[in-house]
Amino acid sequence: MFATLSDRLADTFKNLRGKGRLSEADIDATAREIRIALLEADVALPVVKDFVAAVKQRAREEDVSGALNPAQQVIKIVHDELVTILGGETRRMRFAKQGPTVVMLAGLQGAGKTTLAAKMALWLKEQGRSPLLVACDLQRPNAVNQLQVNGERAGVKVFAPEPGNGVGDPVAVARASVEEAKRTLHDVVIVDTAGRLGVDAELMQQAADIRDAVSPDEVLFVVDAMIGQDAVGTAQAFLDGVGYDGVVLTKLDGDARGGAALSIRQVTGRPVMFASAGEKLSDFDVFHPDRMASRILDMGDVLTLIEQA
Amino acid sequence: AGSQGGFGRGLLRLLSRERLDEDTWESIEDVLLTADIGVAPTQQIVENLRTRLRVDGTEAGDPRSVLRDELLAVVDPDMDRRLQVSGEDGVPGVVLVVGVNGSGKTTTVGKISRILVAEDRTVTLGAADTFRAAAVDQLATWGERVGVEVVRGKEGTDPASVAFEAVKHGIEAGVDTVIVDTAGRLQNKQGLMDELGKVKRVIEKQARVTEVLLVIDATTGQNGLVQARVFRDVVDVTGIVLTKLDGSAKGGIVVAVQRELGVPVKLVGLGEGPDDLAPFDAGAFVDALLG
Ligand SMILES: Nc1nc2c(ncn2[C@@H]2O[C@H](COP(=O)(O)OP(=O)(O)OP(=O)(O)O)[C@@H](O)[C@H]2O)c(=O)[nH]1
Ligand SMILES: Nc1nc2c(ncn2[C@@H]2O[C@H](COP(=O)(O)OP(=O)(O)OP(=O)(O)O)[C@@H](O)[C@H]2O)c(=O)[nH]1
Ligand SMILES: [Mg+2]
Ligand SMILES: [Mg+2]
Repeated sequence: MFATLSDRLADTFKNLRGKGRLSEADIDATAREIRIALLEADVALPVVKDFVAAVKQRAREEDVSGALNPAQQVIKIVHDELVTILGGETRRMRFAKQGPTVVMLAGLQGAGKTTLAAKMALWLKEQGRSPLLVACDLQRPNAVNQLQVNGERAGVKVFAPEPGNGVGDPVAVARASVEEAKRTLHDVVIVDTAGRLGVDAELMQQAADIRDAVSPDEVLFVVDAMIGQDAVGTAQAFLDGVGYDGVVLTKLDGDARGGAALSIRQVTGRPVMFASAGEKLSDFDVFHPDRMASRILDMGDVLTLIEQA
Repeated sequence: AGSQGGFGRGLLRLLSRERLDEDTWESIEDVLLTADIGVAPTQQIVENLRTRLRVDGTEAGDPRSVLRDELLAVVDPDMDRRLQVSGEDGVPGVVLVVGVNGSGKTTTVGKISRILVAEDRTVTLGAADTFRAAAVDQLATWGERVGVEVVRGKEGTDPASVAFEAVKHGIEAGVDTVIVDTAGRLQNKQGLMDELGKVKRVIEKQARVTEVLLVIDATTGQNGLVQARVFRDVVDVTGIVLTKLDGSAKGGIVVAVQRELGVPVKLVGLGEGPDDLAPFDAGAFVDALLG
């Protein structure tokens, strides 16, 4: 496997200990390593370019502090920049002042929407709320059953008036769900939708129609942490096509570095709000920018080192 | 397939210039990187291209076709990409379909069945994803759609025993091919990978597994290579299916997968319908990479 960024930087700076300031050549060598590390973490290329430029700038401006060797110093700069981007303006879920709060999930096929819907329902239920899950994927084989089974596991009611598998109108189901929630006194409505591609104009319009039918308080873009360079294009396509307020990163229990978190945050300005990390319904958490920064750089222990330095 | 970015077309314009400057080289590199080819393979492809253009000069021909040739060579059009769906001595061929969560395994099982049925082969499906909610029902729906029988166990039963039953049933019924769908699993989950190894071993008590297909989502980034390595170690993958190539992702990670593992991409998924499966076409793949 590849050496970690910290190993490579340490190597770059073998002969540097004690210098007061990083030379231009040092900075260039460093920038190359950071670029490679970020690309290997699947951060989108345009974002990598901007990011590396920003780090170079900061590295030029800063004195090498006495406590840190140059490698640690640069890593600290990179880490701080990452946390700043990932964590800028994290915010909590918005709840409606009146009537049920509506949350709509959207994303590519297989991203983890249906699983997330149930996880979020369980999480809300544990906070004393009364969520209603809504089955608006009437397309994928047995998506409705999947939500019903998950709803049952979470102990949450599922609104599924249509059987799916090509039968039923998802926009009509979405619209009816809000009335149903009012009638049955549920205070949060979570709308699961079919997976769709960024390039599928027709299905993207359907997502916009569902949105218009329910006027969501939160639209969340659900994205697989394993996604590569396509993350920015797709994130932008969903932003243009349906719009969203926040991002959920899924399958974080894997070993993908998850550079998409950085790319999407940077390109769309939308915060990553939640992390989904497992197939169990309790594998759900709010997003931690600092953990994500370390993960992207693959350097958890180095941070501890820096803190101890 | 997929959207054609202006980026790639711009590249072709640049490449047709007489002399290539550093900016041009950088944009060539950028095209490859944004297709998820990966840093090391990209650098190698660019290096080869530089060498050929330097050594052969104008002899090398149009830089455009040189790049296309380089990529084609890496993708290797000569690999054997036929699906091994037939068994020997009256025993069915067994296809085991594996991969991470949500990559498109169940859908691919349905689509492959459709093709086999169209070729007048008889097929039995094994629903060995006994874990995910409604996974068995999903496969059963595909079975109905394409007209093949599905052997299913109860939710929560041992997937290896369902796979065993499916193959047993296939042998008894004298079908040509048994296709076994498995639960999605992330390759760093040791327990789940052990379980998958067991599924294969248990099948092989009755019939040889003729094909092990690893399903990789075209949007996957560099983790795809890690996936391929681990699944290869556990179940000895014989072919890759690259799904969701109808989206905007190029699926460039399979270049590194093929190169390192020597396992060919055999099929590509181009949609959610039963007919949206095609043989992998190296030329078309490279053309799509270049935009
Ligand atoms: N390991 C892991 N698996 C997950 C996670 N979230 C979802 N999955 C799995 O990923 C697969 C796809 O999840 P779904 O919830 O069906 O995804 P979806 O976005 O609803 O898929 P479509 O409706 O087909 O577009 C399933 O096997 C889930 O169990 C996660 O955080 N970790
Ligand atoms: N656009 C597109 N969607 C696809 C393709 N293949 C599969 N899908 C969709 O991707 C999602 C996941 O597909 P599944 O077949 O359920 O994936 P899986 O690997 O069996 O998922 P798990 O069993 O949960 O791990 C579904 O919404 C499919 O319809 C493809 O080639 N193109
Ligand atoms: Mg779903
Ligand atoms: Mg499946």
